[in-house]
Amino acid sequence: MTNTENVKKPAKTPRVDMPCQPAAVRAHNFKEVALGYSLEQAQLEASRCLQCKNPRCRQGCPVEVRIPEFIAQVVKGDIAEAYRILKSTNSLPAVCGRVCPQENQCEGKCILGVKGEPVAIGRLERFVADNAMHDPCVGVSDNDACAVTNPDLKVACIGSGPSSITVAGYLAARGIKVTVFEALHEAGGVLIYGIPAFRLPKDVVAAELDGLRQNNVEFRTNWVGGRTVSVQQLFDEGYKAVFIGVGAGLPQFLGIPGENLIGVFSANEYLTRVNLGRAYDFPNFDTPTYPGKHVTVFGAGNVAMDAARTALRLGAESSTIIYRRSRAEMPARHEEIEHAEEEGVKLFELVGPLHFNASESGVLKSVTLQRMALGEPDASGRRRPMPIEGEVFEHETDLAVVAVGTRSNPILLEATPGLELNKRGYIVVNEETGETSIPNVFAGGDIVTGAATVILAMGAGRKAAQEIAKRLLG
Amino acid sequence: MPTTILHKESLIPGRTSKLVLDAPQIAATAKPGHFVMLRVNEQGERFPLTIADTDPEKGTITIVYLVMGKSTMLLEALSEGDSILDVAGPLGKATHIVKGDSVICVGGGTGIAAMHHIAKGHHKAGNYVIAIIGARSKDLLLFENELKSFCDEVLISTDDGSYGHKGFVTDLLKDRLEKDKKVQEVVAVGPVPMMQAVAGTTLPFGVATTVSLNSLMVDGIGMCGACRVTVDGETKFTCVDGPEFDGHKVDFAELRQRLSAFRSQEKQSIEHHEHRCSCHDKH
Repeated sequence: MTNTENVKKPAKTPRVDMPCQPAAVRAHNFKEVALGYSLEQAQLEASRCLQCKNPRCRQGCPVEVRIPEFIAQVVKGDIAEAYRILKSTNSLPAVCGRVCPQENQCEGKCILGVKGEPVAIGRLERFVADNAMHDPCVGVSDNDACAVTNPDLKVACIGSGPSSITVAGYLAARGIKVTVFEALHEAGGVLIYGIPAFRLPKDVVAAELDGLRQNNVEFRTNWVGGRTVSVQQLFDEGYKAVFIGVGAGLPQFLGIPGENLIGVFSANEYLTRVNLGRAYDFPNFDTPTYPGKHVTVFGAGNVAMDAARTALRLGAESSTIIYRRSRAEMPARHEEIEHAEEEGVKLFELVGPLHFNASESGVLKSVTLQRMALGEPDASGRRRPMPIEGEVFEHETDLAVVAVGTRSNPILLEATPGLELNKRGYIVVNEETGETSIPNVFAGGDIVTGAATVILAMGAGRKAAQEIAKRLLG
Repeated sequence: MPTTILHKESLIPGRTSKLVLDAPQIAATAKPGHFVMLRVNEQGERFPLTIADTDPEKGTITIVYLVMGKSTMLLEALSEGDSILDVAGPLGKATHIVKGDSVICVGGGTGIAAMHHIAKGHHKAGNYVIAIIGARSKDLLLFENELKSFCDEVLISTDDGSYGHKGFVTDLLKDRLEKDKKVQEVVAVGPVPMMQAVAGTTLPFGVATTVSLNSLMVDGIGMCGACRVTVDGETKFTCVDGPEFDGHKVDFAELRQRLSAFRSQEKQSIEHHEHRCSCHDKH
């Protein structure tokens, strides 16, 4: 292929659309919305890549996936090799291909995006991961060698979400024995309890975790970091380094009257009941969910979208998102907002909650809302929502979900003396190495940054793993 | 790893049982006031139970439950040698125990078991421990002998007068507080109306009163806020900030209301379970 052919292609070939379940159908099931590319679709999309010499896309990826290289293998049809390239820096490609905000990361940097549409890197990553078998010798090691485990070198991860999984995958591939301690009964963190199956099927997560188990990573569930086991105890038991990836977790509430009425839930509770507890299959599974006819969700991030879309799937007649800023400021991915609207989720922009109101039987009946206008930019640089005097109205709702963010969970932190925290209660780390104020204790993900994305947590995990590997292996 | 039931004892037949579990890791760190989250099987829900006792040397913990819903019915169906799929802990804040004067520990119903562990902690700290336990009738009383083995005094009431004082634990408590000015703290564990009544009884005496709340929980590790309660006007999470709080500051009316949030689903779950059992014709 000559360069000129390559340059012409993108103008002719539009970005290949992702096949999806029709909105009217998918709004009533928990099956995955996006169905994935066929081989032909993947190859057509892959052929749009210009194979840049200095790939900007790779710089946009927190785990530095060798993007042009894996895409070149897709063009050739060597999916196994493409998978090996992906796995060399990314322990969760099937997850990342689905839930990364690619528009702000790899695809946001793609040169094709300047004049047209960027290469669908996420969709291609997903295609490769879904279609390649797990090979125990393929690991996140910065090299492809099949590791020989050294029984004396062991590392503990506390928490089993994306950052810890990345650490485990990376170190396991370098022959270091990793034990992951998880407080809940199922490993995976937010991938299991938070992100719904219609965006991330649970068998995809299970397959990724099985890949790690084959690579000698041990998962211990029902181990509560700071309660069942402490950081000091782990060192006493011979672990050479400890990685803390316990997430943020603690939900924030609105702090308005009536918030403790029956019918008001945190998004964490609502989603944990449905996803981890399989409450969508109650009473075959014992965890119940609360039925709501008119569901209202507060917040406009991905978690809010997940909750609003889950409500429709559980049979709600209406599902409404309340956001005090305007659509342009919504932090959720555009794709998720579009999907939600196609399914029938309504958006109320520039509206804030004042108080929840109870029915005669004492349960949630409505919420009183205040219309807002955008004023001057605030400390965050976004225009501050200001109440419009007199513009107050009541909105009927029998199930409210609060998705306005999380705070740091103190359980492990309180049990770990000497761990330096910032003013907001998150762990302070060395930016170069991920190391905390305690030597050989590393941290990454939401417990360092506050609530962020799966891929940023993975990037932090990879950085810490590189440093741990350097120290233990020299 | 599933947790094995080493010993099972029926305390009130068909209603309340005691299980001794092989849980060395939890036994090593659990203190009075702590609880565990359990899940009986793959389809099960997570639910909290207070640790009624521990034996760190044997690596065991003791739990006591009242059969009141699907999950405790599943627990009751297990025998010695069987396992519980998931047991996580110890969770919550441990009871604040300081050496001082006498402490009155009040227990009602299944709460007597949890109270027993707290009373034991106070006894070990060198405090003079007065236990006051109550039930509807004599055959529903728990842990009388265990409490008598270490408490300085054990006072008993039954609603029907079949044993001990006829009436409520609060009668005994009030009587005691009137006569005894050296009580540093009252601890109450039991049904919400009983804990509320204890707090109401102690308020005029100005005696510090601690209650152990039994909110609904999902994860038990602070992630969801299902267990939130209002204490002194502020929202607290029972699983991480509690379960013990100042009884004079808890909004008991809100707690009672929130405990009823899933009542119809709880009923549905039991009906579904019983229907399935009868289909298998095991009766």
